[in-house]
Amino acid sequence: MPPRMLPEPTPETRHFWDGCKAGELRLQRCTECDGGSYFPPRPFCPYCGSRKVEVYPASGKGVLWSYVINHRPRPDMGTEPYAIAVVKLAEGPKMMTNIVGCPQTPQALPLDMAVTVTFAKQNDDISLPFFEPAKG
Amino acid sequence: MKPKTIAVVGAAETTRMGRIPDMSVIGLHADAALNALADCGLKPSDIDGVATAGASPVDLAHYLGITPTYADGTSVGGCSFMLHVRHAAAAINEGLCNTVLITHGESGRSRVGAGRFGGSASSLAGQFEMPYGPSGPPTMFTIPVLRYMKTYGVTEEDLAMVAVVQREWAAKNPHAVYRAPLTMEEYLAAPLVADPLSRYDCVPVVAGAQAIIVARPDRAPKGRPGVRVRAHRASYNYDNQEGDGLQTGISTFAAALWQEAGVRPDDIDVASIYDDYPTMVLAQANDLGLIPGNDLARFCRVTIGEKRFPVNTWGGMLSAGQPGGHAGGLNGISEAVLQLQHRAGERQVKDARLAVTTGYGMTMYRYGGTAAAAILERVE
Repeated sequence: MPPRMLPEPTPETRHFWDGCKAGELRLQRCTECDGGSYFPPRPFCPYCGSRKVEVYPASGKGVLWSYVINHRPRPDMGTEPYAIAVVKLAEGPKMMTNIVGCPQTPQALPLDMAVTVTFAKQNDDISLPFFEPAKG
Repeated sequence: MKPKTIAVVGAAETTRMGRIPDMSVIGLHADAALNALADCGLKPSDIDGVATAGASPVDLAHYLGITPTYADGTSVGGCSFMLHVRHAAAAINEGLCNTVLITHGESGRSRVGAGRFGGSASSLAGQFEMPYGPSGPPTMFTIPVLRYMKTYGVTEEDLAMVAVVQREWAAKNPHAVYRAPLTMEEYLAAPLVADPLSRYDCVPVVAGAQAIIVARPDRAPKGRPGVRVRAHRASYNYDNQEGDGLQTGISTFAAALWQEAGVRPDDIDVASIYDDYPTMVLAQANDLGLIPGNDLARFCRVTIGEKRFPVNTWGGMLSAGQPGGHAGGLNGISEAVLQLQHRAGERQVKDARLAVTTGYGMTMYRYGGTAAAAILERVE
């Protein structure tokens, strides 16, 4: 199996991947407007254009927004079907991810299910943020 | 654009569609171009503008021996060819050129597994999408489908009607790659590709090309009805990818499009709606205002299912095939032209006078970042 396709951080996204490595999901928000949190990372606010933005640790909580279960796995992803999901974070932004810790079936993946972030170390630099069904 | 100033004067496909192992991509472009020129009685030397996506418009000009004063290589996914029409209209009205050839052709080799999908590992898609395993458009464009079904109460059986009825249309199109009837049972039993999507929800990638020629209406061949562009609108990145993927950019301009055209949705006789997946047909039709009360399930079962309103009468890309790579969309325009000229053979919609065509494309960050629509009219 070829190695999994992994991100190559850029200066603008380094804080996000450093956060994942440290077990923290980091979002950004503007300090000048009320536009709220945004994702993916960039060094300016996509709502007002201000460069005065801050990085902060998100709650890591969200809901399963929508997904497909890929029945033609990419060669680096193994041989079993897997869900490619979009999670809507409690802070507002949506992000693509995989859902782990449960069967990759429609029955185990109801929309709007509460999910929590978990980090999976891939190498010394990269940990990927996955989500699992919230406990309790 | 300035309404009614521009016409589609010629339209054609490659001589063959489907599997064409003996022709290169540039050869397919040229074959469709020569057929379109023959269709309206023009020669390559009459063309002074060239537009295409994927291939270079200048390469195509060289191949055809054309020396244009205008070229457009806009390549933004499945919407590109609608935008080539838009840009051609502006160029002609601005005096940059007079007669624009627009082609689209692909050898049809699937991109899946080619290793290029999604861009480099440092791009936004490479960092925030590709690590999670998407393997091509069917696993990216389609992520909102489950949300769509839940929000609008649409079932798999409803969605099936789009594919099943387009196959009925395809049976009347000699160029369609799939013409055998598709039953609801076959649709529901088909192998899953990206659950909830199965084989018949996904466009078959084929080899082939289409070409159209855009010019002032008086350039059209005498003795046959012309097809004028009554209105045309486009939108890019309409919600900054922060919406739910349940609407398209068409929602931002539909009211202006109808106003510019001076007609209403229920005046339309035939529709070519970009159909990479059945839900995308519904999203665009709804944004255009073709679905009263947002009742998508009824639109599937009754409006499409009982053929009360003809949608994608050549079979759509779902049955006729999508010349892949740089997406499709030109086939929808050329079908609308044939319908309005009453040259659509067995699948002709009786007395068709007004058509709407759309394009929707670009898997940028989960769903379509570009959208365009035009109202075309028959002119005696």
